[in-house]
Amino acid sequence: MAHRAWLNLVDTQPGAPGLRTLTVSDEEWREVAQELAAAGGRLVALWASEDSRSLPIVRAVFLAEKSGLVLNLSVSDPQAPYPGLEDIFPAAARMQRALADLSGLRSTDSDTRPWLRHAAWPQSYRPLIDPKPQLPVDDPALDAYEFVRVEGEGVHEIAVGPVHAGIIEPGHFRFSVVGEKVLRLEERLAYVHKGIERRFTELPILEGHRLAARVSGDSAVAFSWAYCQALEGVAGTQIPARAAWLRALCLELERVANHLGDLGALGNDAGFAFGLAQFSRLKEHLLRAIHAALGERYLMNAIVPGGTRFDLESSGARQLANCVDELAREALNLRAIYDEHEGVRDRFHGAGVVTPKLAARLGLTGLAGRASDQAFDLRIDLPCEPYTELAPAKIARTEGDVAARVAVRFDELQESCRLIRRILDALPAGPHLAAVHAPADRAIGAGLIEGWRGPVFVALEAGTAGTIRRCHPHDPSWQNWPVLEHAIIDNIVPDFPLINKSFNLSYSGHDL
Amino acid sequence: MWKTLRQIERIGIISEPPPAGDESLRVAHALQSRILDVLGRALCIRHIDAGSCNGCELEIHAVNNPIYNLEGLGIRFVASPRHADLLLVTGPVSRHMETAVRRTYAATPEPKLVVALGDCGCTGGIFGESYASCGRVSNVIPVDVAVPGCPPSPTRILQGILAAISRPATAAAGAAAHP
Repeated sequence: MAHRAWLNLVDTQPGAPGLRTLTVSDEEWREVAQELAAAGGRLVALWASEDSRSLPIVRAVFLAEKSGLVLNLSVSDPQAPYPGLEDIFPAAARMQRALADLSGLRSTDSDTRPWLRHAAWPQSYRPLIDPKPQLPVDDPALDAYEFVRVEGEGVHEIAVGPVHAGIIEPGHFRFSVVGEKVLRLEERLAYVHKGIERRFTELPILEGHRLAARVSGDSAVAFSWAYCQALEGVAGTQIPARAAWLRALCLELERVANHLGDLGALGNDAGFAFGLAQFSRLKEHLLRAIHAALGERYLMNAIVPGGTRFDLESSGARQLANCVDELAREALNLRAIYDEHEGVRDRFHGAGVVTPKLAARLGLTGLAGRASDQAFDLRIDLPCEPYTELAPAKIARTEGDVAARVAVRFDELQESCRLIRRILDALPAGPHLAAVHAPADRAIGAGLIEGWRGPVFVALEAGTAGTIRRCHPHDPSWQNWPVLEHAIIDNIVPDFPLINKSFNLSYSGHDL
Repeated sequence: MWKTLRQIERIGIISEPPPAGDESLRVAHALQSRILDVLGRALCIRHIDAGSCNGCELEIHAVNNPIYNLEGLGIRFVASPRHADLLLVTGPVSRHMETAVRRTYAATPEPKLVVALGDCGCTGGIFGESYASCGRVSNVIPVDVAVPGCPPSPTRILQGILAAISRPATAAAGAAAHP
């Protein structure tokens, strides 16, 4: 295949296994992207940085088959737009708009509306480039964002958010509807943009994992592991085997906890409050067992450079094993109840369909992707230790509806429980932490971890004397938010909460 | 259906007794008696995520699970600030949420209480103040009770909410009297 020719020209990228890096010219930038797309490749992330002469570099990372590529484009004239990728990878559109908001570089693509920037800072200020932030306005005016208008007889708009009616994160949804039927949904996000990428540059590189864990709290393990993988890659640190296995334990526990929460909430959104009560009971038992074994309910501090903060004692391991056995059993019972409940079945089946073809075109990723036959999982296709040994089973469905996203969660829950048991049984002895020294200035590392929602990516560029020059964290929600706009078309407005929940995308992880 | 009923019967009632309110979490003493005269302990909460990483939201969900069972105390979450007595605010307040937070506060009828939740709500946390973040909640709206933690446990959240609606002098006695 054509992309193989490019892979022969590239250098190994420190960090996640299977990644290479390549610097290209303006013309080659789109050429490589086109060849990767033709070979079934997917765009993971796109961001900007600066080289040693302070000239901008646009970087993108792609995954194709069993390898990944970090592609770098040196921009010689920052005033001229760089070649956009929206027609090749639709997911690039919002990433390019975000890049313009934060780094001031424009692409050649047509949508020049701001994405991450509302009215909090002026267009002239580039948060990731300009050293001194402008003084914020005392009472920022609401900006006038140009939503796409749908016109015709009987069409009206429903505007929702940013403050929603439930206990969820803020964002704005603009529905254009006829009667109950949704013709179009347009999302407006970035309400919780809190300057994470700039904040990274103010932290010591050996402390950045703490911020990474708080990019999206529900994926704390995935982000802090991806950060540490990038750091250890450039620092030349080999983590002890026990540390890698403990990290996988944490990652699978995070997956199970999130799936339990979602399965309960999905039952509730289908009008079956029993499901929420039962699954939240199981989740609470799990969080207490995690607390007893690893010292905290949510593993916000578990992954540190060089290994893990906590070791696992045998009593804690036993407690975790018992808890996981019980909840795997209970989840099977509850699955049977969900499957037999006519009301639940009726709401789940055929709602919010994303066909495999549309999913492939738009780059639907992670859990939601696997429910639409995008059977990609980093733990299997590009595994790091210990997944090379654990060999998880790949789970996928083809229906692409709410029911399929529920089924993938049920199946992954069982598989993760199996992995957790396997880890607890075969955990290697030895230390759980190795020393890490700050990497050399301008060293670049990349971390890539399959979080519960999908692939989590972190690019880390070291600065002088243990500082961070640039850090770009990427949540799979970036890929999946635009697909939600398609999934809701022709569904009725009251099904939106259910369909939205079946994706359960991160606002914070996206808004940065 | 019988499977559902059997599961309900088998699990039974699993709610645990609530903790007492924690007076040390209180940062303001205004309005206390007046609010309690109006509300008693039947309280409606409106949650606002003002910029959180979504970690605090996970633990707010937990206080509604059958084990902590906040609703069993007569306290429930409502969909509109117009129906709320207490605003439970998480996160550093992002500049993009600042206006929404001020408007939500203004839309909540008097008398009202504000509980800031989590390290970020209390101090700005790891995000601090920046071009994009206003920092702690009290930089934007008045705060009565601040509950630290990253994220705070459900027990700490309950202690904070109960402190907000307890009379300062009799908080301990009130909690002890609760079944």
